[in-house]
Amino acid sequence: MAEKKIMLGNEAIARGAYEAGVKVSAAYPGTPSTEISENIVKYKEIYAEWSPNEKVAMEVAIGASISGVRAMASMKHVGVNVASDPLYTVSYIGANGGLVLVAADDPGLYSSQNEQDTRCVARAALVPVLEPSDSQEAKDFVKFAFEISEKYDTPVIVRTTTRLSHSQSPVILEERIEVEDKPYERNIRKNVMMPGNAIGRHIFVENRMNQLEVDGCKFPINKVEYKDTKIGFITAGIEYHYIKEVCPDASILKLGIVNPLPRKLIEEFASKVDKLYIFEELEPVIEEQVKSWGIKAIGKEIFTRQGEYSANLLRKAVLKQDLDLTPKAQVPARPPILCPGCPHRSVFSVLKKLKIHAAGDIGCYTLGAVAPLDVIDTTVCMGASISTLHGMEKAKGKDYIKNWVAVIGDSTFMHTGINSLMNMVYNNGTGTVVILDNSITAMTGHQDNASTGKTLQGDVADAIDIATLCRAINIKNVIEIDAFDIVELERIFKEELAKEEISVIITKSPCVLIKGMKFPNICKPISGKCKKCGMCLKPGCPALTKNEDGTIAIDETMCNGCGLCKQLCKFDAIECVERGKN
Amino acid sequence: MKTKNIMIVGVGGQGTLLTSRILGGITTDAGYDVKLSEVHGMAQRGGSVVTFVRYGDFVSEPIVEEGQADVLIAFERLEALRYSHFLKKDGVIVVNDLCIEPITVVTGAFEYPKNIIEGLKEKYKVYAVDAMTEAKKLGNSKTFNIIVLGIAAQHMDFSQEAWLDVIGKTVPPKTVDINKKAFLLGYNRRSY
Repeated sequence: MAEKKIMLGNEAIARGAYEAGVKVSAAYPGTPSTEISENIVKYKEIYAEWSPNEKVAMEVAIGASISGVRAMASMKHVGVNVASDPLYTVSYIGANGGLVLVAADDPGLYSSQNEQDTRCVARAALVPVLEPSDSQEAKDFVKFAFEISEKYDTPVIVRTTTRLSHSQSPVILEERIEVEDKPYERNIRKNVMMPGNAIGRHIFVENRMNQLEVDGCKFPINKVEYKDTKIGFITAGIEYHYIKEVCPDASILKLGIVNPLPRKLIEEFASKVDKLYIFEELEPVIEEQVKSWGIKAIGKEIFTRQGEYSANLLRKAVLKQDLDLTPKAQVPARPPILCPGCPHRSVFSVLKKLKIHAAGDIGCYTLGAVAPLDVIDTTVCMGASISTLHGMEKAKGKDYIKNWVAVIGDSTFMHTGINSLMNMVYNNGTGTVVILDNSITAMTGHQDNASTGKTLQGDVADAIDIATLCRAINIKNVIEIDAFDIVELERIFKEELAKEEISVIITKSPCVLIKGMKFPNICKPISGKCKKCGMCLKPGCPALTKNEDGTIAIDETMCNGCGLCKQLCKFDAIECVERGKN
Repeated sequence: MKTKNIMIVGVGGQGTLLTSRILGGITTDAGYDVKLSEVHGMAQRGGSVVTFVRYGDFVSEPIVEEGQADVLIAFERLEALRYSHFLKKDGVIVVNDLCIEPITVVTGAFEYPKNIIEGLKEKYKVYAVDAMTEAKKLGNSKTFNIIVLGIAAQHMDFSQEAWLDVIGKTVPPKTVDINKKAFLLGYNRRSY
């Protein structure tokens, strides 16, 4: 009997790549896509890497495809924006070895800066999109994506969402197909996209998509279930399961291919049901096309464009059920926070003391925007901290940014921050950039990057030294400092912000969640010394609370002994001691 | 069998993922159709986290919806209250009697609600345990979540052997014995 295993959606995607005979995988970590690469790396048959950003990852996969092997890139939805430049053009080039991009959307914004729908990008780029609904389909659809990629000479997007990527369900495992490499032949009309060649390829792309619109009607990944034809649903992805939960007797057309839409299949289904609903999370991508064909359907009139869907949404909107739900308890929110011992907290506490604003970036440190730190004023996208600070300086002058810094993590700096810093140098900018170097890509769950000295496999790599890199692009003021030395940090911030030059301050201390980190010390209140001033509580370390009498208490199990509270205490009421000793 | 809906809630870092994987393992081993839904990424940094486990003959959606949960396993009091409206009218709550103040309370913006467990008892069947203290007595404070799971296991239809077997396969090898002990502590507890 074939082995059956319960798998995370992302684990199943990785398995699909393995079984499809993929030889090269490239990615940049980003929730909810990260675990794809973390699982691919377990298959020794696949070369897998973390690239510094999604554009690079996409191009690595394209190169592998052109050379004749099956290749995959994976990223979160906003990563697709970074990769969109190669994506739009590789749509013209097509694929030699199968080429698949796994794009992970985040309806409900569990860990993202926007709620964009990758299907919109795919429509614009003229790239086919397959959409699985559970782990088994995630694996199967990835394999099918490689088949049609090669058959139709096209990159294929497999679109997942947070709910699918981070849900587990059973998967039947199969053997890996050893695909023979496709021969490489020089073909500049196909592979060199300059105007004369691209004109021809654009015609090819249009024909390809037209063909897929027809052939897609027969793809086995679509599922038509005719039951009661009074109500029919057109849907795709995870939404299918909400319909099955609520309307098990309704007719359903579950699309496996959502771009281009299999038009004849949809028209036939629509003609057989009395009332047609289109049930799709986020943008009305299916709905607007179907309606443009003159088909009557109900979609975003009753279903939202925001957030995740649910069975209860259907119960309310379609069945008009009064659900008699217990109201939510009114309780204080529990947003994520920086960990005890996080070096970002230390740096932010100094910036806050000096009343400095920060142009922020994407990482755990984005939490520096909220109480009690309140340091970060802006967050746009990966790498934007440095360039937005530069924009402010050019708009309002050098004095305006004397109480501003840009803050960016080591991985985000390697991703796209370096480009923004080059721009500051080139355009005679001034300003202070703080690189919060915690030696890891922390927020997504601790992935290595070009500056950490380790590959995705954990092998030793030549670490790119951030300070040397900054000096190499002609920045004179490059300072490396311990992130927990708050006295020196304060002095350096004051000194560098006073200059009318570019300064890069690299605050260094590893993330406390890096595997294998040891914390021999803990902080302890010294009995009778606490004056209840609350200074130590200000940076919001979760290990610190107040006793009923107002004195400080430190949770030993949470404390990592960073000593920030000890440094902040003016009354020497906190000591750092060896863990386990009184 | 009718689909059974379990929720595991807590504060990021308390081990909801490990617990859901144990549940995923035991339900799969028993031959059920299973779906689990987890939270990864930023919310795990000390935020409120929720994991759904659904098992039965055939499971469609991977999430438990409001008003549908049979058992709510909560690793912290406030989180039990936050998600209590997900329970069915006759639902069961197994709660670790522990307070972790959220940052919104630490900064003074809100107060941590008082008498949470008493309030929940008015509406639901509540089994509260100070699992942290029990776990410390056992010699490893991290096993508190397995003690809580042990109590919740009293409300599910799997044998003690099956639980111990899956725990052995799921937790880190060095901690198998202590986790089995922790599980039995909860599983055999009869007074609350």
